[in-house]
Amino acid sequence: MTAPLLNVDALSVHFATADGELCAVDGVSFAISKGETLGIVGESGSGKSQTVLALLGLLSANGRASGRAVFNGRDLLDLPIRDLNQVRGKEVSMIFQDPMTSLNPYLSIATQMTEVLALHQRLGRSAARAQALQMLAAVGIAAPERRIDQYPHEFSGGMRQRVMIAMALLCDPHLLIADEPTTALDVTVQAQTVGLMRELQTQRDTAIILITHDLGVVAGLCDRIAVMYAGRIVETGPVDAMFSDPQHPYTRGLLTSVPRLDEITGERLATIPGNPPAITQRPRGCAYRDRCAYAFAACAEHPPPLQTVINGRAKACHLEVLP
Amino acid sequence: MSSVENIQTMNAATPGRGLWHDAWLRLIRNRAAVSGAVILGFMALLVIVGPYLSPYAFDHIDWEHISTPPDLASGHVFGTDAVGRDLFVRTLYGGRLSLAVGLAATLVSLFIGVAYGATAGYLGGRTDSVMMRIVDILYAMPFMFFVILLMVFFGRSLVLIFVAIGAINWLDMARIVRGQTLSLKQKEFIESARACGVGSAGIIARHIVPNLLGVVIVYVTLTIPQVILVESFLSFLGLGVQEPYTSWGALVNEGAQGMESAPWSLMFPAVFLAATLFCLNFIGDGLRDALDPQDR
Amino acid sequence: MTTPLLQVNDLRVSFCVSTGSGLGYATRNLKAVDGISFDLHVGETLGVVGESGCGKSTLARAVLNLVPAGSGRVMWLGQAVSGLTEAAMRPLRKQMQIIFQDPLASLDPRMTAEQIIAEPLKALAPEIDATQRRRRVADVMARVGLQADQVHRYPHEFSGGQCQRIGIARALVLNPKLIVCDEPVSALDVSIQAQIINLLQDLQRDLDLALIFIAHDLNVVRHISQRVMVMYLGRAVEIAPRDAIYAQPRHPYTRALIDAVPLPDPQRERSRSHTPLTGEVPSPLDPPSGCAFRNRCPIAAARCATETPVLRMLGGGVQVACHFVE
Repeated sequence: MTAPLLNVDALSVHFATADGELCAVDGVSFAISKGETLGIVGESGSGKSQTVLALLGLLSANGRASGRAVFNGRDLLDLPIRDLNQVRGKEVSMIFQDPMTSLNPYLSIATQMTEVLALHQRLGRSAARAQALQMLAAVGIAAPERRIDQYPHEFSGGMRQRVMIAMALLCDPHLLIADEPTTALDVTVQAQTVGLMRELQTQRDTAIILITHDLGVVAGLCDRIAVMYAGRIVETGPVDAMFSDPQHPYTRGLLTSVPRLDEITGERLATIPGNPPAITQRPRGCAYRDRCAYAFAACAEHPPPLQTVINGRAKACHLEVLP
Repeated sequence: MSSVENIQTMNAATPGRGLWHDAWLRLIRNRAAVSGAVILGFMALLVIVGPYLSPYAFDHIDWEHISTPPDLASGHVFGTDAVGRDLFVRTLYGGRLSLAVGLAATLVSLFIGVAYGATAGYLGGRTDSVMMRIVDILYAMPFMFFVILLMVFFGRSLVLIFVAIGAINWLDMARIVRGQTLSLKQKEFIESARACGVGSAGIIARHIVPNLLGVVIVYVTLTIPQVILVESFLSFLGLGVQEPYTSWGALVNEGAQGMESAPWSLMFPAVFLAATLFCLNFIGDGLRDALDPQDR
Repeated sequence: MTTPLLQVNDLRVSFCVSTGSGLGYATRNLKAVDGISFDLHVGETLGVVGESGCGKSTLARAVLNLVPAGSGRVMWLGQAVSGLTEAAMRPLRKQMQIIFQDPLASLDPRMTAEQIIAEPLKALAPEIDATQRRRRVADVMARVGLQADQVHRYPHEFSGGQCQRIGIARALVLNPKLIVCDEPVSALDVSIQAQIINLLQDLQRDLDLALIFIAHDLNVVRHISQRVMVMYLGRAVEIAPRDAIYAQPRHPYTRALIDAVPLPDPQRERSRSHTPLTGEVPSPLDPPSGCAFRNRCPIAAARCATETPVLRMLGGGVQVACHFVE
């Protein structure tokens, strides 16, 4: 196996707030290889977004990241801001949840797209425009010659997300980070977007980190998954194995609590009791133990480390085998 | 870790930390606002009890000390003015009036503005258009002209100053409150109150106004200095309070006229006026930071 | 069969939307709900699905008379609801309540949980004194799974799921017969969604509640509903019993919607042949002529542009609005 494209090691994110130092991400480690899709799944407050924002140095002013994140031989967390700017948008690009707020409403699509190319690839106006047109066509926007001069509000939600994807792929990045790219979209448009991302990935061999809470989207797009809970990765592994045989009680809980179209509806849904702990109130030891049906004495004492179970799979649980 | 546990135990025991309580905690952490409040409180106390501590009355003319500089021996700690009245007492008396005008006119504008703005904003539609056009028309009236007219018709009186300033200031308040109400009205909790059968008056009183208060309080603390300044300006023009009564604005006016020969008669009222405005602005800024929902 | 709890007959709601700018702005009619009819019986759950802008939330509000209906009728136990004044609505409000999508936004941030839950009692049952009111609130809080020591907390001190429980408690406190749920779980985390769905189902069974359950998540609607209505641009395209609609969707739009839902199963998901719909929902300001779905429909023909399909009864309780479904 070749060296991974991105190797994140013990990444932590802390925020300084009036209530003291809060830990949003607590020692997260993962790696992603070229052309691979990694899904990071978790509920709100699990730290999944902060993890990737930290990679690109996009944390809010009171945030602080520690650990290592080696991307193409350089530690992203250690890069001076000038070098990081070179990486952002060119080698690593990002798509956000809300396509409306991440496009500048006062600039035409052409201006916004050629700006990126002029900055990173020093292309002239006409060359940049030609490349932008090509990219818009590649993401399935009809009549790109006409639409490129329009403004974001003239696009529908799904089309805007396509524009975002086109912009993200303009400089042919090695890694694409997609933060809940389909959450704000309608079901039928979501299906289109997922299909588009799958198609683009097979063509371009871009590595993707997909952050989502939608297990269906993960199942359709990802090769591997990392499940996060309360700032830590609780389980990681290949997508098939994770869905068919979850090893961590939380992963299992998540999978069984979703009503599914492909199953007979039972009387009640299986649930995970309780609520995810607030960031200020995480229990000692394993953060999931209050909600876990199998918690025992050891869970209250110290948090379980992420340990390899079998090849490619790891879980952070004191239980040897899930009953 | 200890702070985490603190929060945990607190949540288990306390009945709940309201938004007001949170804002209060943020406010008392703001050093500028707290010192502003302390200084303002001290000045308010001074203008209320101060005059009783001095042997001179505010209109007493001391023929032996006309236009004297500050002098501890004679008891005129701030000196006297051109006709021999004690400036210390007059400054404090002027402070009473300036602060009272500030407070009263702001309260007038507060009540009219909140009621008017919340009603227009909540009812919306045609009612809103008509009510806000009236505000626009009143805005267009030249304020000074309006005040001079009032003075000419009814003679100069204190009450009239309160009313005149308050009647102008409520326009701003009404606009701000209306804007806030319009955005509050979209909130789902207003809709759910309607679904629960709460009437319009109940919704305005129970849901709209309490949620407006944050913005309104900030605006009030910023209105008081504005009103004090307007009163000073009127006095400066000779339209304000009448002799022998005085205000900070009138004192500054007198002091400015004799600035070269008697600089103290300008300095003391000016320092008090400026300090009050500073304090109120600091408190207003502090309140805005404390109540700003963006901060949450 | 007894009289339905709720009868909705050809309900239409439109809004004036100003277009253009400057002084000479023009207003246009946006038909948010365009001729919806259905019945709802005691203890029944009707699921309403559709994409954003299909008018499902407006329908919910029109049923409760929170937005005025343009035409058509809403009957509550045989009594006309639409057009009633706020005062005349009050006795009916006791029987029909609503739960909203955003659990935090639907609670007044400056009131405690107890004040929020007690509000309908104060407004609609003033005869109940304070002690009794407190007891009712405590009962209903226990019913929805909130702890008694949380009564004096403020909404921002609760998690999203708990806020939604407060919203449900507020809706329940008057013992209504109908609760309209407007996307009650879509803002919640996955593990909390299941809790709230189970809670709603338990309440419905124990209290014989009728629910109108609005959602864009077809999985959730399938789980909770007895009948499902699919909406597209203000119109119902298909109304059918739950099992019929999911096992054999008739309308091409229903079929496409169900096909677009990703399955949380990697093998099946990969092997499934997606034929996603092209395009997006047109603006409701400017819907296509005839059948509103025709510009995205795989089986559209010339007739669809001229003739608006009406809901037809197909037997087995299935109603479909499409020219080509037999």
